[in-house]
Amino acid sequence: MKRGFLILSVLTGLLLVYASYQALEVAPTERTMGDVQRIFYYHVPSAWTAFLLFFINFVASIQYLARTKPSAQTATKWIFIAIGVAGAVASFLPPVQQQLTSLGMRPSALATTALMLPVFYLLLGKWFPGEKLDILAVTSAEVGVVFCTVVLVTGPLWARPVWGIWWAPGDIRLTSTLVLWLIYVSYLLLRRFSNSAQTQMLAAALAVSGALDVPLVYFSIWFFRTQHPQPVIGGNGSIDPRMLHILLLNWLAFLCFASLVCWSRFRLEVLKREVEEAYAMESLGEPVAVAPSMPLKRGTR
Amino acid sequence: MTEAPVSLWSVTAATLKKDIRLEWRSKDALNSMLFFSLLVVVIFSFSFDPLAEESRLIVGGLVWVAFLFAAVVALNQTWARELRNQVLDAYRVSPAPANALFLAKVLGNFIFVIVLEALMTPLFIIFYNLHVLGPVWQLIPIAFLGTWALVVNGTFFAAMSLRTRNRELMLPLLLFPISIPAVLGMVAGTTAVLTGDNPAHFYIVLLLTYDVVFTTAYLGLFETILHAE
Repeated sequence: MKRGFLILSVLTGLLLVYASYQALEVAPTERTMGDVQRIFYYHVPSAWTAFLLFFINFVASIQYLARTKPSAQTATKWIFIAIGVAGAVASFLPPVQQQLTSLGMRPSALATTALMLPVFYLLLGKWFPGEKLDILAVTSAEVGVVFCTVVLVTGPLWARPVWGIWWAPGDIRLTSTLVLWLIYVSYLLLRRFSNSAQTQMLAAALAVSGALDVPLVYFSIWFFRTQHPQPVIGGNGSIDPRMLHILLLNWLAFLCFASLVCWSRFRLEVLKREVEEAYAMESLGEPVAVAPSMPLKRGTR
Repeated sequence: MTEAPVSLWSVTAATLKKDIRLEWRSKDALNSMLFFSLLVVVIFSFSFDPLAEESRLIVGGLVWVAFLFAAVVALNQTWARELRNQVLDAYRVSPAPANALFLAKVLGNFIFVIVLEALMTPLFIIFYNLHVLGPVWQLIPIAFLGTWALVVNGTFFAAMSLRTRNRELMLPLLLFPISIPAVLGMVAGTTAVLTGDNPAHFYIVLLLTYDVVFTTAYLGLFETILHAE
């Protein structure tokens, strides 16, 4: 466990340095934007990482909620499988296929994504049973908010010299990212201020409503003309292959970094709960029944 | 359970009747909401020039901001009232379906906010010299669907914020981010009708979708919230 963490840290450090060097030195300079464009190697990977983490939070939350009732558990499992299969089949239907191709997306890519959904759902339930799902939800939300903040900070820094404005109100991607950030900040606030013994349940309910909100936010602004560049993968945007290569390298580095942070945050939360449980047992006058996974130091409060 | 479960509608009707009677006798929520939104109208009419032609462009946002903040005042009271004498605890152990309580509270708040809107609209017309250029009847579905979206969200999150340390402060923090698409629909829809520049149909459909999605979700989730102590 500890050795794995160390290996991942070293690997992440090296990758981050190498990816930064590639992004700042090796990558070709963009013709019209110049060096400002290099922020793209930090902006886009952060965005992908943040969205991935929020998605993990959503899946963990829904699974945590469904866990309480066996019927709900089965129902959610089959709903996820149905969504996956329906999505995979639908992406090859001629009208959908036509629509996708006109948007520059490959139907096979969408089908794979759809099929990954139930797989992801089932794996998450297997790897993180019981309370661990909730710990995963907290962790991913916290780290996701940090990466989303990076996105929201680097975006205006790029937009000012390129668009001439810091922020384009009404733009679909900008606004939906901001709303996503707001929702998850309120999620973290709820967890912080809750004095209920079932904070996990409340938080999971909020996470699910937040996730339902995201497509609605997207649709509510969809007909505004968007200023944001087209997505480089699965969109109409075009990109130099060398740039794409460096972008993906940067994303890998960011993902390693995110999983490193998530890992330590996860351990911290597990330990915190063990300590709390131990205190609770102690105050009940019973000997400490939980087996601590790490020796507890004094003054952990 | 040996007896037949209590029917959803009878509990909803009973709770709704109780809430309306309480409100009718005390007029706590309505009075505070009315005075609050009156203050918003007056303060905003000082800060903008109400005679300007642009008032048509800003009033859509203003009206809904006033109603949103006013609704929060009422929504904070809706569950706090049940905490006195452990009414909520009694409800939790009773065999009555949890959703009946939720529906009753949503309907009650919906009625209060609609009454508030009906009373406040003339004031807005007077203070901002409104003259609607689009089809006026479309404001009715926008108002009803928008209010339902506000109230269904607000009632749910008020029940959630009941379980937090800083109850009254927590409600807007939870309510506003989730309500953004609905608020956008109401504001943009109202502005579209007021200016008559573009059709408001899209916003009505958006609000309808929002209402259906969230009402279903909250009916499914409310039991968890009610029992989380």
